Amino acid sequence: MSASTVWLVVVGAAVGSYLLKLAGLSVPPQVLHRPLVRRAVELIPAALLAALVAVNVATTEGALVVDFRLAALAAAAIALALRAPFIVVLVVAGGVGALGYVVAG
Amino acid sequence: MSRGGPDAVTEWLRRIRAERVSRRPTSERDRVVRDGIGLGAAVGLYGVAFGATATAAGLSVWQASVLSLLMFTGASQFALVGVLAAGGGPFAAVGSALLLGTRNTIYGVRLAELLSYRGWRRVAAAHWVIDETTALTVRENGTQLARLAFLSSGCTLFLFWNLTTVAGAVGAQSFGPVLQAALDSVVPAAFLALLWPRLVRGADLLREQRIVTVGGAGIALGLTPVLAPGLQIIVAALAVLLAIELLRLRVPPETRTPRRRVRSERVHGVARRGRRRGG
Repeated sequence: MSASTVWLVVVGAAVGSYLLKLAGLSVPPQVLHRPLVRRAVELIPAALLAALVAVNVATTEGALVVDFRLAALAAAAIALALRAPFIVVLVVAGGVGALGYVVAG
Repeated sequence: MSRGGPDAVTEWLRRIRAERVSRRPTSERDRVVRDGIGLGAAVGLYGVAFGATATAAGLSVWQASVLSLLMFTGASQFALVGVLAAGGGPFAAVGSALLLGTRNTIYGVRLAELLSYRGWRRVAAAHWVIDETTALTVRENGTQLARLAFLSSGCTLFLFWNLTTVAGAVGAQSFGPVLQAALDSVVPAAFLALLWPRLVRGADLLREQRIVTVGGAGIALGLTPVLAPGLQIIVAALAVLLAIELLRLRVPPETRTPRRRVRSERVHGVARRGRRRGG
């Protein structure tokens, strides 16, 4: 992707995100209280985040890959289950990932 | 607020309440501002991770900074660079960022009445409508404290988030392969951390959240060899949602009307039982 395309993506997504925020403050509340809209907004993030986890942990350039990232994710899950703060979770994942990378070569 | 009429008693009650509020504003206001600053500083650390991730995904320091400055909603920013890092195209990147951004629309609806901003103030305030500011604002009663919570958390977060983004983006430029591997491991962990609160006991629509989580991850992995990178993420999210809606349509018409109430009671019942069991 060229630098100018990335700039378009950055600015376009930023403007879109802002308009989504402004819409919330501006539209009559009834519009978003419809059950279908509410459920969609409640559930889309989980599906999307799960897909992002999966793709970022187990794929490389269109192929399924198992490597140090999976160990790091497991460590992060344990940290989350132990209610570690956000930043600790990230540090644990980074540490285990780096270690796995070094050990596995 | 001014629900009472010219009635003397309501007027008297209103005066007492007003007096009580004005007599303890410093401690209340201090608490609100302290919380806002504390949260801003804590979440700001996370901006380092975003800056570093963005650089690793191939964005320049400027592009990472503009994202934090203009987009200013962490999950969407991570989604955008996550898709780019996976080799995704422009539409997949923008699409996933915007899908996650719909959360803020709902937050806006909740905040609109509480903050009751009009005109240019509303246009300006919209930029700071995100998870953290919403969480702090909805705790407060009354427009004054709500606005203070919103502004103090929004201002601190905006400042810290942007400064730490630059720090992370600049720092990551000198990363070697080991630190790069660490960063590659941090990105999925960050998404998992954002996802986690939706999967634990007490979350709204817990059962559905767990189903879409498994479904979203499974479909995304299944489509990875087939679809262009990044696209499988959006398709997975929409497919799961569609599946849930289609399953709902099978419910016989006569039970459809009270369904939502029954459903939500059951969801809360499960949540309550879960908590009791958990101690």
